[in-house]
Amino acid sequence: MAPPTGSLTELTLAAARDLLAKGEMSAAELTEAHVAAMEANRGLNAFVTETPHVAIEAAKVSDTRRAKGETLGALDGIPLAIKDLFCTEGVQTTASSHILEGFIPPYESTVTAKLKAAGALMLGKTNLDEFAMGSSNETSYFGNVENPWRRRGDNRPLVPGGSSGGSASAVAAGLCLGATGTDTGGSIRQPAAFCGIVGMKPTYGRCSRWGIVAFASSLDQAGPMAKTVRDSAIMLGAMAGFDPKDSTSADLPVPDFEAACAGGVKGLRIGIPAEYAVDGMNPEIAALWETGKAMMRDAGAEIVDVSLPHTKYALPTYYIIAPAEASSNLARYDGVRYGLRVDADDLTGMYEKTRGAGFGREVKRRILIGTYVLSAGYYDAYYIKAQKVRALIARDFRDAFERCDVILTPTTPGPAFAMGEKSSDPIAMYLNDVLTVPASLAGLPAISLPVGLSGDGLPLGLHMIGRAFDEETLFRAAQALEDAAGFDAKPARG
Amino acid sequence: MAVDRDTVRRIARLARLEVPESDLETLAGELSNIIGWVEQLDEVDTADIAPMASVAEMKLRWRDDVVTDGGIPEKVTSNATDPKSGMFTVPKVVE
Repeated sequence: MAPPTGSLTELTLAAARDLLAKGEMSAAELTEAHVAAMEANRGLNAFVTETPHVAIEAAKVSDTRRAKGETLGALDGIPLAIKDLFCTEGVQTTASSHILEGFIPPYESTVTAKLKAAGALMLGKTNLDEFAMGSSNETSYFGNVENPWRRRGDNRPLVPGGSSGGSASAVAAGLCLGATGTDTGGSIRQPAAFCGIVGMKPTYGRCSRWGIVAFASSLDQAGPMAKTVRDSAIMLGAMAGFDPKDSTSADLPVPDFEAACAGGVKGLRIGIPAEYAVDGMNPEIAALWETGKAMMRDAGAEIVDVSLPHTKYALPTYYIIAPAEASSNLARYDGVRYGLRVDADDLTGMYEKTRGAGFGREVKRRILIGTYVLSAGYYDAYYIKAQKVRALIARDFRDAFERCDVILTPTTPGPAFAMGEKSSDPIAMYLNDVLTVPASLAGLPAISLPVGLSGDGLPLGLHMIGRAFDEETLFRAAQALEDAAGFDAKPARG
Repeated sequence: MAVDRDTVRRIARLARLEVPESDLETLAGELSNIIGWVEQLDEVDTADIAPMASVAEMKLRWRDDVVTDGGIPEKVTSNATDPKSGMFTVPKVVE
């Protein structure tokens, strides 16, 4: 007996998978329910491109396959949303930039190809900050994304965080069972925290970067955004794996992440870095951090103090390295081979006018910063200096993991804020990522999950960081925290 | 170090990015703030520290020097403005 249609969008990915396997629900009805939710919630502006017909057709094929007793993989018949930074063959891929508007990739990214090979269906491409540069989804050429949550008694729209804001909003509002994100300095974890969902950035190298529009290549990493820790683990299992087309892809087997969730935390050492109590941290988040420690202790873990002395230098280090790599990566948008072209009398004029018209304000700012720190005379003072501090930040983590197995911190210094509240001051906006950037610089796996609500009813997230390629321990710890927190609040919309 | 209008104009040229004269002053202010803020890294002692270009502790892989893809000029140029005969086109470079 199938559950009523209204509740299909409230299922977790794991529950939907199990219902499909038992034949108690069809992929077609599951997908149609999500298509209806997507269409009813266009006000959130979570999608740049919707592909409902493709999804429903694929769902029918999945049902036919299953009727014959066959399945493709762990996600057969599961409707997902894909961040519009992953190239999808035959479907517009914009990076939320005017310069890529209308770009139809003739190839498929490795991560989305793996999801499809596992049977997943794509509902559409989700909105993001332009080229993934932003922490509020207010820099998209295709408009702001709304967070489905509202402050209690206050109907002003809030940002979903960024850059994977469309993916976070879509998962939180029940428009898809999970979504892909990418994380360069916090772009999966910060929007997950703002929208009350789980967001996981794997170890650098765990998921192939091939076919993902590049922002900062030494930092970019794809990961899952989902309703629960288990759902994230299932998705990551399908996304991860060695890819010879990405030179930094790790040639390692993919563990059973879902099985790892059940491991429990008895005897696990949870490190608490004092340096993460940053200036300006919201007192409710500081209190939540204390609650999280107590929950882990009660679940059988040991709480130990650790030190990450270079934490305060992570954000300025990031804002040299990421723009430097971006200025190099974004050199390819020149109007010649794809995307926007603005004509001019000569070639240089065409480059300059195309790029001037095609990039938005924040992207231009970062290209200029990156060009500046890489330019003759400044390269050593800024770029090489930042790479040296990055080495120290990575060393801090190596030292800390001598004393603990997982590090527990808040995800963000505060909850979701109102649109326009921080967009006038770039540095105030950058500070959103102060707690997520260090793990990015060190290439470590990290996860954000909702643990409580603020006084005015907004989700607050805690963040755990693991050792390189030890996502299994991270999932164990995250599952224990999720179980203890029992977070079941729902947003106002969706 | 403060970034002035001329510096913004110069790096915009290096980045092949058209920036209107009217934006130079604002950008100079914003870039000065950001550069001033990242300069706090000068406090960190990095003597004898090797710069870290990548967290991936791996050697680049070798592969056989053979063609693995190609023969699809129409696909490759399918997103270009005004492609001709399977080739990209640009404004005239040589008279």
